[in-house]
Amino acid sequence: MVPEFLIQIKDFISQPWPWWVGGPMIAIIMFLLLWFGREFGISANFRVMCAADGAGDFADFFKFDWQSQGWNLMVALGAMFGGYIAAHYFMSPDGAVAHVSAATVESLQKLEYFRELNYQEGQVPLIPPFYSWEALFTWRGLLIIAGGGLLVGFGARYAGGCTSGHAISGMSALQLGSLIAVIGFFLGGLTMTYLLFPLIF
Amino acid sequence: MKLSKFILVGLLFGIVLYKSEAVSWFRIYEMFHFQSFHMYGIICSAIALGIGIVQIIKWRHLKSLEGTEITFNPKDKTVPRYLIGGFIFGLGWALAGICPGPMFILLGSGYTVLIVFLSTAMLGTFLYGLLRKYLPH
Repeated sequence: MVPEFLIQIKDFISQPWPWWVGGPMIAIIMFLLLWFGREFGISANFRVMCAADGAGDFADFFKFDWQSQGWNLMVALGAMFGGYIAAHYFMSPDGAVAHVSAATVESLQKLEYFRELNYQEGQVPLIPPFYSWEALFTWRGLLIIAGGGLLVGFGARYAGGCTSGHAISGMSALQLGSLIAVIGFFLGGLTMTYLLFPLIF
Repeated sequence: MKLSKFILVGLLFGIVLYKSEAVSWFRIYEMFHFQSFHMYGIICSAIALGIGIVQIIKWRHLKSLEGTEITFNPKDKTVPRYLIGGFIFGLGWALAGICPGPMFILLGSGYTVLIVFLSTAMLGTFLYGLLRKYLPH
């Protein structure tokens, strides 16, 4: 028998978390890594994984002490466990739903792809249908998954960091370079959303 | 034991981003349409508290668990790499709706197709390593 209070804790955690819980928790995660003598930055793992696969034979950029970066791979591994636990044990009462605004539901209807799916408010899934192996064999799914990965991997290393390294770590340390990178993230994101989405969806 | 604390931090990170819906393509779509405060609230409150934490660390000269003073690596004083690299990253972030953290989180929650995203992200990183000397920084 599971004690009643444990079930209550589980139900409490399972609610969708508001921004004022999620944001401060991310800052605490950054602090924990600083306290452990490390700096928060997930995309650095791609460089470590390339180096571990022998990319150092092709470019000096991958000749570094990647063995010392095992801790960051452990953060990524832990994130996978966290994703599994959240999805399997702390599912929201209304299911895997993204609680987006009415304005978002309405604007999705302007794109042909989403008009066919006809999402109503409160029914927008957390994960879009194109995150699937079936969709990968359509031009749209391939572009989103494979193309998105290529842009994210290339851009993150070119900019020297991703959302965690620049938007959280760098901005918290008041680094000007990180502010410029975040402006770049948004200019790229807005270009994709407003100029290219009407062609893709 | 030394590495297990990093797994626990990662685990917490995964649950936080999943439960606050920051892993959702639709939340990123909403953010780039300025249709909700949610994502801005997450990012801005993390930065606000983060600035306070960093200032206290610098002011009190706090030491890490390993006994060394916590330091912050200054970023290069340049614009092109951050703006151009950031722009390319932003295109991919909006398109796929995930950045590297959420990619690992969703891979763990069962969306195995994201192994393709992980592979092409590694390929992108590799291409950057090859082309690095020809790119403006």
